[in-house]
Parts: sequence; C-alpha cells; structure tokens
Amino acid sequence: MIEVNNIVKTYNKGKVKALNGISFSVGKGEVLGLIGPDGAGKTSLFRILTTLLLPDSGEAQVNNFHVVTNFNDIRTCVGYMPGRFSLYLDLTVEENLHFFATVFNTTIEENYHLIKDIYEQLQPFKERKAGKLSGGMKQKLALCCALIHKPAVLFLDEPTTGVDVVSRKEFWQMLGRLKEQGLTILVSTPYMDEALLCDRIAFMHKGDILSINTPKEILASFHRELFAIKTTKTFQLLNALRSLPDTYTCFAFGESIHWVPKIHTTPSALQSIIQALDENATLEKINPTLEDCFIDLLNQPNASSN
Amino acid sequence: MRSLFFILEKEFRQMRRRKGLIRTLFIAPIIQLILMPLAANYSVKNISLVVVDHDHSSTSREMVAKITSSGHFNLYATSESNKEALSYVEHDKADLVLEIPPHFERNLVRENSEKLSVEINAIEGVKAGLAGAYLSQILLDYNADIRERFLPPTHQAFVFRIIPIHWYNVFLNYYLYIIPGILVNLVTGIGLMQTAFNLVNEKEIGTIEQINVTPVKKFWFILGKLLPFYILSAIIFSVGLLVGFVFYGMVPVGSIATMYIALLDFLFALVGFGLLLSTYAESQQQVMSLAFFFMNILNMMSGLFTNLDSMPAWAQFITNCFPLSHFIKAMRMICLKGSGLADITPHLLYMFAIGLVFNTWAVLNYKKRS
Repeated sequence: MIEVNNIVKTYNKGKVKALNGISFSVGKGEVLGLIGPDGAGKTSLFRILTTLLLPDSGEAQVNNFHVVTNFNDIRTCVGYMPGRFSLYLDLTVEENLHFFATVFNTTIEENYHLIKDIYEQLQPFKERKAGKLSGGMKQKLALCCALIHKPAVLFLDEPTTGVDVVSRKEFWQMLGRLKEQGLTILVSTPYMDEALLCDRIAFMHKGDILSINTPKEILASFHRELFAIKTTKTFQLLNALRSLPDTYTCFAFGESIHWVPKIHTTPSALQSIIQALDENATLEKINPTLEDCFIDLLNQPNASSN
Repeated sequence: MRSLFFILEKEFRQMRRRKGLIRTLFIAPIIQLILMPLAANYSVKNISLVVVDHDHSSTSREMVAKITSSGHFNLYATSESNKEALSYVEHDKADLVLEIPPHFERNLVRENSEKLSVEINAIEGVKAGLAGAYLSQILLDYNADIRERFLPPTHQAFVFRIIPIHWYNVFLNYYLYIIPGILVNLVTGIGLMQTAFNLVNEKEIGTIEQINVTPVKKFWFILGKLLPFYILSAIIFSVGLLVGFVFYGMVPVGSIATMYIALLDFLFALVGFGLLLSTYAESQQQVMSLAFFFMNILNMMSGLFTNLDSMPAWAQFITNCFPLSHFIKAMRMICLKGSGLADITPHLLYMFAIGLVFNTWAVLNYKKRS
C-alpha cells in the first residue's frame, strides 16, 4: 500500500538534511510504527506521503498513486492526523466531523460504521466545541475526522503524545480494530510500549532508517548481555562505568542503569566490577527492551557514520 | 463546486460564533461614522481674534463687527498695544491679531488707501491659511462696501465681485464630502484586516494542513474564504450609508445600484489584497504588522485627508495603483454629483485591474503543498 523508494528531502537549500534517501514498503492491513528522536525526519516523511511536501528526489506511492504526480488521487484515499491538534476549535464535535465528511463528498451516516466505536465515546460531548475537549477526546475526534471518508491508508503523526495512559491504551485498541478492517496504518510514536503493538517497527535517526523489522526480531537481534544495575548514586556510577574499558554501552533507564559489558564472564566477576565502584549496587541480567535495541543500533559504526 | 457550499457553511458558522467580531464589525463603524465627521472637520470655526484698534472710529468698529459676525471669528479681546495682543498669541489664547492703525478712517477717506496689519499664529498650518483667507475675503468685501459709500457715484471705478457657486455641494457642506470618505475607510479597514486574519488563522492553528490533504480545490477553498468578507463588508457599507442618512441627512444624488457596483468592484481588489498579505504571513502577528503598514499608506494616499491633485507625479502614480483612491473618488462622484456608471467607468476599470493582479498573485502564491 505504501512504497517508498530512495526519498531525499532537504531544507534551507540543502543545508539541513531531513531524509537521506530512505526506502521501505508497507503492505495492506499492516501497522508500521516509526520510532526515532525529534528531528529524525518522521514528520517530513508523513508530509511527503500525504502530498503536503515535495521530495527533492526519489519516488513514493501510496495506494498505487504517485505522491508527486497523482496527488489528487492520494488526497481522496488517505487520512492524516498531524502531530498538532488541527481541527476547528470553535466548531463543535459534530460540526467538525460534518465538515470533514462533506469536503470529502460523503456524509457521517455513510461511513458511520467505521467510526462507531470511537464516536460513541464522543457522543455525550457532541455539542461541545472542539477547543473545550480534553486531550484524549481531542485525539479521538481527530481520528474520527481522519476516518470519516473511509481512507485506505491512515497516517498518524504522534497521535498519543500528551495523552493520558488510559486514553492511549484505548486509542491503540481502536487502531487494532481498524487494522482488522484492512486499513493500512503508518504511525509514529515516542512511546516504546506502543511500538511493540505495531506489526513492524522502523527505527529512524537523522533521516535514515537504521532498522525495519517486527518487534520480535528486533528484540532477538540484540546479541549482547544486558544488565540492570540498581543504585542510589546513579550519576556517579554512570560516569564511572562509562570510563571503564570493559563497558560497551551504559545509560540511565528509569531508576536503574542499563549496562552492556564488552566481556563475557561470570556474573560474579561482573558483580565485583560494579561493587568496586559502588558497594551498595546490585546487578541483574535482564532481557532487552526496544529502547536497548535502539541505542545498540545507534552505536553501530554504520549508523554513526551517516 | 459542491465543496464551496460546505466551506461557506463552515465559515458562517464560525463567524456567528465570534461574538466579539460581530460587535466590533457593527458597533465600531456606527460610532465612528457618528463621531468622526463631527471631529474631522476642515471648515475652520472659532478662530480667536484679538483686535488692536488705535483708531476708535465708526469705520473701524463697523469693520470688526463685520468680521465677528461672519461666524468664523470669535473676538477674544481688544487690546491697546500690539505687544499685549501678541502675548495672547504666545499663550495660545488667540490665533490672529488684527491691528488697525491710528487715523485709519481719516486716511482712508483722504488718501483713498490705508494699511492694516494681520498677524497669524501659524503653528497649525491649515488653520492659519484658512483664517488668513477668510479674513482677507471679509476685508475685501468690506472694502468694496465703503468705496460705494464714500466715493461719489461719478468717481466709482469698476469693481470685480466674485460670487462663487459651489456646484454639487452648494453650501460646501463638509459632511457630504467627508462621510463617503470615512465610509470607504471603514470598509477598507474591516475588509482588509479581517480577510488577512482569517486565512492566517487557519495557518496558525494548523487546520490548513487538514484542508490541504482533502481533495478540495484551492480555488473553491479561497473563494469560500473570501465570499463571507464580501458580504460582511457590503453589510457594513450599508449600515454606514444608513448612519449617514439618519444622522447627517446624507442622501446620495446618484443611484444606489451604481454605488454597490463600485463597492463590489472595490471589494474584489481589497479582499484580493488581504488574501495576498495572508499568503505571505505565517502568523496573525505578522499579518497584523503588514496590514497596518499598508493601511497607513492607503489612508494617507487615498485622497481622504489630502488632495490628490496637489501630490507630486510619482505619488499620484502610486495612488492610482491602490484601489482606495478610485473608490473614494467614485463614491464622491456618485454621492454628490449623481454620476452614473459611464462616468465612473475609468475608476471601475482601474479597480478591476488592480483586483485581478492581487487575486491572481495571491492564488499563485497560495500552495497546497510546499
């Protein structure tokens, strides 16, 4: 459904590189998650695929339509939810939905089945102005508006940023149901727990895709041993570990430190290394999370050379 | 085409929600049209006059009476010395000093001529110029009067008397002249600012992104955004005309239909200009500074406050490139002179050409994608 081939985009006459020739494809009914820090190029990619931005070079097709030449066809068959809430704040929930249905030449009734689950939650507030909705409700309304014309592909740019945990969970349940109905979804998120719910994940960094794979395989591709260290002196220990020649990577992760040593040795030997630095610290071998994998990818030589 | 209807539906819905907008749009023009013509008045009245009469003759007294009865001058004080009289001017109590020399009447009769001294406070240029002109007009009149009186009929020389007849505005009624101008000024302010704000607002809150990914053609979208402001501006114009009628008894001599044709033509250019500004601005603050800058130039060079024909050639060329001066001229022609469509055709064509340039430029500059 989405074919991206060597897309390049630069800003400021080539000075700022947003996308360095990325390629990937998304199949029908697939949910692809885009993950990467700010400035990785996620939003530029979204804007190119939704025909808002022209790429410098490369080709991309959405639903078999070319993004540069057949942009009018694409605009009828994609739904886009920008990162920033961008519906009319002074129109009510119902009026916003009505407006976006009509500009796509359809009616709310015609495609009500698509948004029924979501809209039922908004029903009590349908007379309320969009500007007065809570964050989670706003996102639900935006999703409804992006869905009302029955798009084949859905582009969601950080749809759950700034939304509470419960609403985030509900939101992803909805995405799951939409996927079952055959919708192709490209979604970016800063939350790793959400990324795990995608069919495949693309790690983006400085305009490149470092890796694109299923969550399972990404986790399996982490070949080193990973340890979580619990300590009260996080900052001092972090600095001490980083200066250690045996350390491969080491970073703070919530309340603990995730440490990847270069050497393969017995746990007790490692324990003694740590306790030499901080006698109260405890060491535990853990399974990697997506974030560990992401940091591991960033440290690979071919990634940093770009 | 269908999408135009839905965009209009949305626009009017939003407009109705903005209670502040409706209030400013209607109340402000009404108040301005009631107050401004009274305040912004060119006919100078209440010029304070100080008379230094060294003659104390019946002629000098009669002359002063003639001056003060004209309605333009108030006799602030009489004084015995020029020095004292000038101190009134210095303290901003008097605008004009008239000094009548000793033996004024005698010399006038004996020698057939005498000089008067007039000193005018020229801090306010317009007022000084007009005061001087009024005074010399009155004195000339009086001069002719006393010639007839003192000289025997056989000795009377030929005297010119100029009696101006002010065509189209017989009593030089200032309101008739200024109200069409103020009305145009109001429509300009609201039409330009609101159009420019409206589109930039969509940019600022991000809704333009959503619109841009819809299949709506940009022509219909822009038209849908502009039409409400045509209607709004036309309503304000009508309210203004009504205020002019109710408060100042202004009844246009020409046809109302011609006036509205000129209005629509003008709005085409004006709203196009607002649209053009909004395609260049990214935020309301930016568009506000831009619009403010152009509003000032438009107002100063529109012929509302100053006379166009006395401007240097380059300035006249610039004013011709703005729609405002054409509309003000057309409005005055219709209101005062009763000009018909044929008479204002040059102005209509100018405005249409200007509008065409602005609108085309704006539509080309507005891109649904970057």
